[in-house]
Amino acid sequence: MGMTITEKILAAHAGLDHVEPGQLINARIDLALGNDITAPLAIKEFKKLGLKKVFDPERVVLVPDHFTPAKDIKSAEQAKILRDFAREQGLAHYFEIGRMGIEHCLLPEAGLVGPGDLVIGADSHTCTYGALGAFATGVGSTDLAAAMATGELWFKVPETILFRYHGKLKPWVGGKDLILYTIGQIGVDGARYMAMEFTGEAIKELSMDGRFTMANMAIEAGAKNGIFPVDEKTIAYIRGRLQRDYRIYQSDPDARYAREIDIDAGSIEPQVALPHLPENARSVREIGEIKIDQVVIGSCTNGRLEDLRVAAEILKGQKVHPEVRLIVIPGTQKIYAEALAEGLISIFIEAGAAVSTPTCGPCLGGHMGILAQGERALATTNRNFVGRMGHPESEVYLAGPAVAAASAVKGRIAAPEEVVK
Amino acid sequence: MIIQGKCHTFGNDIDTDAIIPARYLNTSDPEELARHCMEDADPTFAGRVQKGEIIVAGKNFGCGSSREHAPVAIKAAGVAAVIAASFARIFYRNAINIGLPIFESPAAAAGIAAGDEVKIDAEKGEIVNLTKGETYQAAPFPPFMQELIAAGGLMPYVARKVKAHV
Repeated sequence: MGMTITEKILAAHAGLDHVEPGQLINARIDLALGNDITAPLAIKEFKKLGLKKVFDPERVVLVPDHFTPAKDIKSAEQAKILRDFAREQGLAHYFEIGRMGIEHCLLPEAGLVGPGDLVIGADSHTCTYGALGAFATGVGSTDLAAAMATGELWFKVPETILFRYHGKLKPWVGGKDLILYTIGQIGVDGARYMAMEFTGEAIKELSMDGRFTMANMAIEAGAKNGIFPVDEKTIAYIRGRLQRDYRIYQSDPDARYAREIDIDAGSIEPQVALPHLPENARSVREIGEIKIDQVVIGSCTNGRLEDLRVAAEILKGQKVHPEVRLIVIPGTQKIYAEALAEGLISIFIEAGAAVSTPTCGPCLGGHMGILAQGERALATTNRNFVGRMGHPESEVYLAGPAVAAASAVKGRIAAPEEVVK
Repeated sequence: MIIQGKCHTFGNDIDTDAIIPARYLNTSDPEELARHCMEDADPTFAGRVQKGEIIVAGKNFGCGSSREHAPVAIKAAGVAAVIAASFARIFYRNAINIGLPIFESPAAAAGIAAGDEVKIDAEKGEIVNLTKGETYQAAPFPPFMQELIAAGGLMPYVARKVKAHV
């Protein structure tokens, strides 16, 4: 019996020739990640073990990105725990404000993840790196502590759902629309405990930034990981970034899948997920008149250069609606610098947007754009749960950067064609 | 281990933002987190819950963020166990890792009403609804997870392994 990419990576890291879905394995970790919310707990647990050093200071990555630049004294204390630990341990990859980014935009960009890697992160969106053909999954702080101590962790080999996306994407449709549509089809627990393998001709055409967006939201269908076959786009992306060897795994023709789902990607319209679950996806044209108070373009889902380019294309020469606040957050310092060099930042500022240093900030209701009672936001982020971006009686609608930019101009949820003909 | 207590019920897809909103994540102090436990699902819960009581929920409990603060808040609030029709995977791992007893049983999730008195035999995975006189069976844990649970969570288990290697 053949194996899927996910099974092959897990088998290789467990030192086994073959693994089966459901099998419990102990696997070697290539990279372990923590942030300013999850790492303080992990560091506390790690210290209780009485170990002097982490398993490998090159393979433990700490990124203070959630409540930073520190929003209050308590957050500053949390971030300081990471900073002190990184110095004391001599960690090679600790990223400070001004030289950092949102972790899941940053790690691939910095060349820290490659095809065939096994990455764990104490952040649910760690699954983003599946875009590179890596097995990457989110865990909690105690798992991170164990991984930092031993360089290994237990896993249950997941079953895999194979997705095939057919056809050519319509204008303004990107990775976000594909993944929102997919979650709308299978539900927020449709891939619970499973791997989502994304294939098909529409995927081959999709940019790396679009693939990162899709892999990022695999968790919103309950998945353990999302994964893409490695192709020339993957190789072009890692060239000049990844400074070490990597291994490409492909699923066998006789690999076993729990389900195979064919999606006519060519018929998908720009999507919007209504409150309060990402599975409430609709075509933007079916939404009706929904006024908004705030638009956020950014996050580990849609804070990459392509996202900013799409938003700028729509916002160029336009003004943000007088009753809307538009907040744009480039995913990393590098993306910020590139957007600046391309003139995108000027477009945002001239349109009347606030542009922020990289931070997770408003996505999780941290800072930099919290919603008041009764307010409504449209965001390119990943979750629209109750209270996610602020007051428990505020609302979040999810969409890609094109719908977000058009909605910022119109003051209501709008299709891109309503602004750009 | 026998767990017996009154049940508090919740619906499907209770996410970790509802269990412990991010506005309280600038601390990892369990007592402080406990004061806001389940706040965005039921703002009165933290004030009402008594030590030893049980949370019962529908499918996909604990979906969303990987924040371990969620099971930590539940445990520190005095909740003795969580029964759900199903659990999101990171929450499931986190609960086992920190020693919060969890039981997966669609029948129990459907049958238990708010205020019911329930008795759980953790080893057998047997859930008895003393109020209604019904019995439900929870999915058994694989042997490795039973070992983790018996050790008191992941870190005591890792500590044993680390000591064995030194």
